[in-house]
Amino acid sequence: MSLLTLYVFECLAGVAALSILFVRNVFHAALLLIVCLISLAGVFVIYNAEFIAVTQILVYAGGVLVLIIFGIMLSSRLAGKPLQVKSQYVLPASLIGIFSATSLIQLFYKQQFFQQPVAKAGNPITQTGIALMSDFVLPFEVVGLLLLIALLGAAVTASSFYTKKQ
Amino acid sequence: MEHALILGVILFTAGLMTVITKRNAIMVLIGIELMLNAANLNLIVFNQNSPGLSGRFFALFVIVVAVCEAAVGLAIVLRVYKYYQTSEPDQINELKD
Repeated sequence: MSLLTLYVFECLAGVAALSILFVRNVFHAALLLIVCLISLAGVFVIYNAEFIAVTQILVYAGGVLVLIIFGIMLSSRLAGKPLQVKSQYVLPASLIGIFSATSLIQLFYKQQFFQQPVAKAGNPITQTGIALMSDFVLPFEVVGLLLLIALLGAAVTASSFYTKKQ
Repeated sequence: MEHALILGVILFTAGLMTVITKRNAIMVLIGIELMLNAANLNLIVFNQNSPGLSGRFFALFVIVVAVCEAAVGLAIVLRVYKYYQTSEPDQINELKD
């Protein structure tokens, strides 16, 4: 049952990611990105990373999707018409894609990464909370500061308040 | 062999090809998000093999950095669009007019 769910989520994520390549409408691409990321959250749940899955849904469906849709709406010249996008360099890009995919898959098949998964004792959410406040407290604080600085910088960059005064 | 690694390869390749082929800066940002998520998936799958939780925390911090990148990137796209009236990366080839 768990394996079947894993297959369903993986197929959904892979199909959504591949169809981003073929859609012309940027809005459809943003929606396909969200489908892909939410299916990835399902895969994360099956791999016992529940906290990451919840963070993924909160951050991407709540934050990044809204940002991307704002970006699409604010940068389309003709209001009411969908923003179409053309493709370029199709042949070199497919060559690069085939090369990277085959070499990565060959690498994964040659290495024997997985003997058996290590069983982790205890409640994973409890362990995550304790580790976040003990072992990983410095990267946690640093990444919070980075987020604050990046969002302030984005707000200042996007607003025209500071450039019109001079 | 874990099949989730194959999914990671598919996501990474789709993101790479999106970045190369699409003629819109927002599509390029979408491709970068796909590649970051392929890395995240690999981190979580490989963390099954180790007794610690480091891979999961690395994935968590990657998500936060991806959000920073998306916010700053879209702000720059909007700013460039206001100035050049286009969001096609190849047409923006000068820093100063």
